[in-house]
Amino acid sequence: MKAIIALSILAVLNMFFGVRKMKKVLLPLIFIGLIITMILNISDWGKSVHYFNEMFIADNFSIAFSSVLILIGILIFMFANIYYKGVERPLEDIYALILFAIIGGIVMASFGNLILFFVGLETLSISFYVLAGSKKFDIASNEAAMKYFLTGSFATGFLLFGIALVYGVSGSFNLEAINTYILGCNGNVPMIFIAGMLLIFIGMSFKIAAVPFHFWSPDVYTGSPTLITAFMTTAGKVASIAAFYRLITIAFISLHSELTTTLTVIAVLTIIVGNLSAVYQDNLKRMFAYSGVAQSGYLLMALIVLGPKSAGILLFFVLSYVIATITAFAVLMLIREERGTFFIPAFRGLAKNNPVEAFAMAIAMMSLAGIPPLAGFMAKYNLFVLTAEGGYTWLVVVAVIGSMISIYFYFKPILASYFSEGEPQHKIESSVNFKINILVLSILMILLGFLPQVIINLL
Amino acid sequence: MPNLQIIPLDYYIIFCSALFAIGVVGVLVKRNALVIFMSIELMLNSANLLLAAFSAYRNDPAGQIFVFFIMVVAAAEVAIGLALLVMIYRSTHTIDINVLNKLKW
Repeated sequence: MKAIIALSILAVLNMFFGVRKMKKVLLPLIFIGLIITMILNISDWGKSVHYFNEMFIADNFSIAFSSVLILIGILIFMFANIYYKGVERPLEDIYALILFAIIGGIVMASFGNLILFFVGLETLSISFYVLAGSKKFDIASNEAAMKYFLTGSFATGFLLFGIALVYGVSGSFNLEAINTYILGCNGNVPMIFIAGMLLIFIGMSFKIAAVPFHFWSPDVYTGSPTLITAFMTTAGKVASIAAFYRLITIAFISLHSELTTTLTVIAVLTIIVGNLSAVYQDNLKRMFAYSGVAQSGYLLMALIVLGPKSAGILLFFVLSYVIATITAFAVLMLIREERGTFFIPAFRGLAKNNPVEAFAMAIAMMSLAGIPPLAGFMAKYNLFVLTAEGGYTWLVVVAVIGSMISIYFYFKPILASYFSEGEPQHKIESSVNFKINILVLSILMILLGFLPQVIINLL
Repeated sequence: MPNLQIIPLDYYIIFCSALFAIGVVGVLVKRNALVIFMSIELMLNSANLLLAAFSAYRNDPAGQIFVFFIMVVAAAEVAIGLALLVMIYRSTHTIDINVLNKLKW
């Protein structure tokens, strides 16, 4: 709750300074504000405070995921001045929208009531629609925003109708009360309740880009401005999976054994289709969109087998995904700035002229592919062990095959930068600051690979 | 609300489901962006009506409060959607969504 208030004040202050054309103040202000927000957020650790008649629950799960969201904000703003280099405008609108999207994400990670869930989801989504179209005179960005808006609000319609049906049968929006209602049915849950629940799941599948409903994500992520793509893939996925986990573990936990079949089918399809489609992409941004679809599949696996450790493993998986993706996108932004393209040949000879950037990109890609001993490997390893212990060995087999396919496309830029034949491209100038940032992130990925239990045992 | 309860609740559920289905079909079939917006509004409003009906039958105000939230969010969404539509119209001079094909592979 404190984090939401602090972030709102920060966003308004940021717009105020933007209107006064104080461009130099904005980014330092945002960094200080985000760090204060992070401290305020963590200060509630272990207290499990309930606000507003059970609407907003700040338990350890929500604080951990809110921290990841605030971390995403810090990392995105770290690279904002690289992406918006040469823009004269103060850009306060874009910064404020990113902050408001984070607020929406925090609400989605901490709701105790379906009303607040809906409000948080829409705060996040509406900010995303505008951010996707924030390159106003670029037709690709316009198209991405329009497609995102149409599919996003279509999904919202499903979600709302589902919530309406669930409310009609159970008589409450409160997650605990819904669970009490299901327990009171003694196994005879009315069909209309199941229909409502499935409609909610369809809406959530749209938001995390799980497979039958993933078709929007490649277009949207390719067309949006690169910095915003990095933000949307990470923040959108973290907030949605946190909300999905909360819904399943609190409201629908008594029906979980009936739900696993649906979830398993969606997870398997998502892993296979995401990885296979990513193989055919030459545009790295589009490849990231499809690999993000595949990662959603792995995240869904954590919802199938619910053990005492599954929340911690989900947190670790999400954290490793966030750090790796943002590092990769930061290097991609730099290369796009200089070479004007997102295609693989732009990476040719990167290792010779820009060793730091090439190293960070290689670490990020290897972490995403799940090469030991990096963070991504430990995340996948723990997830697969959890799933196997739950008795879903064949699901683990599918996931491992998916990971093996993913090595092929994740290694394309690494091969291009280290082992490509022919004339290497010219050197890219980058600031010392940028180099330090991506190096720190790479070291973080390596460190997390050695200390996964620190994060997993938090929850 | 005794007057409302003369109509059985089932009728509301069937009516709202029909409205929702019309909205879904409209989004999937129509190619004019404005008509798609209208269909999405129809989907949201069918949920609104359903919530209001359930809320009246249960004598529980929570459903009606949620309707207000949905209305506010729907207004914000339409504002964003129309702004995006104006942007698209400026660069392509049409509101047919079939022009949105630059990003296919």
